[in-house]
Amino acid sequence: MKVKTPDAFSKGKTPRFEESAKTALADTQLRRNLGKATKTIREKRKVVVEEMPDWEALREAGRSLKERTLRHLDEYLEQLEESVTRAGGHVHWARDADEANRIITSIVKSHEAEEIVKVKSIATDETKLNEHLEREGIHAFETDLAELIIQLAGETSSHILVPAIHKNRAEIRELFVRELGAEGLSDNPPDLANAARLYLRKKFLSAKVGVSGANFAAADTGTVCVVESEGNGRMCTTLPPVLVTLMGIEKVIPSWRDFEVFMQLLPRSSTAERMNPYTSFWTGVSESGDGPREFHLVLMDNGRTDVLADEIGRQTLNCIRCSACLNVCPVYERVGGHAYNSVYPGPIGAILTPQLVGIGKPGPDSLPYASSLCGACYEVCPVKINIPQVLIHLRGKVVRKKQDTGGLKSKLDPENVAMQAVAKVFSDPERFEQAQKLARIGQWPLARNGSIHRLPGRLAGWTETRDLRAVPEQSFREWWKTNRGTN
Amino acid sequence: MRVALFITCFNDTLFPETGRATVRILERLGHEVEFPLEQTCCGQMHFNTGYQREAIPLVRRFVEIFSPYDAVVAPSGSCVGMVRELYPLAAELAGDARLAADIEALAPKVFELSEFLVKKLGVTDVGAYYPHRVTYHATCHSLRMLEVGEAPLELLKNVRGIDLVELPEARECCGFGGTFAVKNADTSMAMLGDKIRHVLDTRAEICTAGDNSCLLHIGGGLHRQRAGVETVHLAQILATTEEDTNP
Repeated sequence: MKVKTPDAFSKGKTPRFEESAKTALADTQLRRNLGKATKTIREKRKVVVEEMPDWEALREAGRSLKERTLRHLDEYLEQLEESVTRAGGHVHWARDADEANRIITSIVKSHEAEEIVKVKSIATDETKLNEHLEREGIHAFETDLAELIIQLAGETSSHILVPAIHKNRAEIRELFVRELGAEGLSDNPPDLANAARLYLRKKFLSAKVGVSGANFAAADTGTVCVVESEGNGRMCTTLPPVLVTLMGIEKVIPSWRDFEVFMQLLPRSSTAERMNPYTSFWTGVSESGDGPREFHLVLMDNGRTDVLADEIGRQTLNCIRCSACLNVCPVYERVGGHAYNSVYPGPIGAILTPQLVGIGKPGPDSLPYASSLCGACYEVCPVKINIPQVLIHLRGKVVRKKQDTGGLKSKLDPENVAMQAVAKVFSDPERFEQAQKLARIGQWPLARNGSIHRLPGRLAGWTETRDLRAVPEQSFREWWKTNRGTN
Repeated sequence: MRVALFITCFNDTLFPETGRATVRILERLGHEVEFPLEQTCCGQMHFNTGYQREAIPLVRRFVEIFSPYDAVVAPSGSCVGMVRELYPLAAELAGDARLAADIEALAPKVFELSEFLVKKLGVTDVGAYYPHRVTYHATCHSLRMLEVGEAPLELLKNVRGIDLVELPEARECCGFGGTFAVKNADTSMAMLGDKIRHVLDTRAEICTAGDNSCLLHIGGGLHRQRAGVETVHLAQILATTEEDTNP
């Protein structure tokens, strides 16, 4: 599946979730790849989480740390700026994606670099940094194996942690043979990794600028942290003489000591490991000359303060991008990440995307509805984001926005008309009883032997593959009145 | 203890036999059940679809009608979940502190049937007899919102004559999700397809659960396939005794 359509963070309209899902569901290869990958990681996660006696206490600690940070976000960010500056780094503030891209581009240009190397970073996907740099004549090389795969394929990520989860190794082999000229390559994972390593090693050694995201940054010490598996991040953050880190403002944590909590929660929730292979910490620039000689930290808002202003929605900013919610989500498992048309797919994406880009756009507005509200996401979330609650809250915002600003068209929308009518029916028991009787009579053209096989209009989706039980002869309240009196 | 039955609009209209079964179980255990006829709907469909301002009057009605009782019992995990978990949000949206306080007082008294029996009354054997091969689907809201845990299974294990078989991936959603089943019909069907496969793998003749909405969904798919598996609400199994095998 070739996917490079606009997403919620690029200019232009995006399709609604249900339209994209229809296409994705028909992709049998995708269904198999995703079903297999999510099941494997789900089972592994369960093992490493259940061995922790204090897991619930850790989740609670993670949640309260994040919530404390958000309550005093202004103070922690200023403290972080001070700490990074004291350690010899430069701090930049970006209101939105454009400003972040401009800042990064001007840093790259000031070093006359035409190529940069990148650590996997969703924040830079959110700002479309690579496209921006390309227009300025600068080529960004993705060095995370999965990011490299989708960059070579001209696709976008379909998972927060495993961007190429939709591809299997046979597909990756074909891609490497075609794009890297790796003749005679097998589809053995170590061989695939080696082909990528040969290609990337030269880039690490020649690039003047490395660009990364950040998993955390401690306000008290100014220490920035990147958590990864492959070691490419370590190379990007240490080999090039200049390092630029783009970080969403919600990634700050109060203190160095808080890593104790997050470094237990994150690897277990994301890769289902007790500890991930590479964790890089850096504090400004080192005096010994080891590592980059220049460090820039770009702190980006891009809609985050709007999320913060919403009392129910703000817990979304607790997210540490572990992707556990994607792996347990029955919707994500079947449709994959591209159906969400956002750099943030899955349950967390369904609440983060519409909040970051704002309510009132058809594509992102459809995302809070991309859930059966089963609650599996909330159950695994290491920072206890009540995703179903936020989904429902956002559905309310979507409807209220339509009703309040959509004029006559929104009032006449069949769903709105039906909901208003049903609300009226429920407002009075007599009206309700009449409606029950009417349904019993009204269903006669549709019902056969107690069952309905085809429904009209917007309800037809149900009967495409499901029968519907017909309304029986006697309602419960009618039975009660006959057999138990009126009580 | 004054026990009120909250039948739910869905069961009232489509599954009256579940309501009758619930009354039977509670009366058999010696409780007098009241059914306030003013009740209609808890407002879940409106609230969860985003029509939350429209749900607020329904929330107020529910609180007014059921507050006088010592316990409110419903054969639906989902509707009880609405009251316990989402009513506070509705009160917040309404900006009504009095309503919020009333909800706080009422919510802990509202029970899903299996949790009322096992956790509130401490009963795990209700004297039922049901000579069929049965598999149990743990509905999402009873499992993750109400945390009823093993209560439904404890009740089923004590049913005489039953051949209870474990459902593979029992904790996974069937894909109903209220208006989700219509708005995202394709995804919902894909989820249902897997659920049905697991149900058929058990070779059970009956698939049961604590919520008729999920059963309407699973049953609708099974019926379309003429699969020869019926869906029956947990209450109806628990209500059945040796004297009558047809509740």
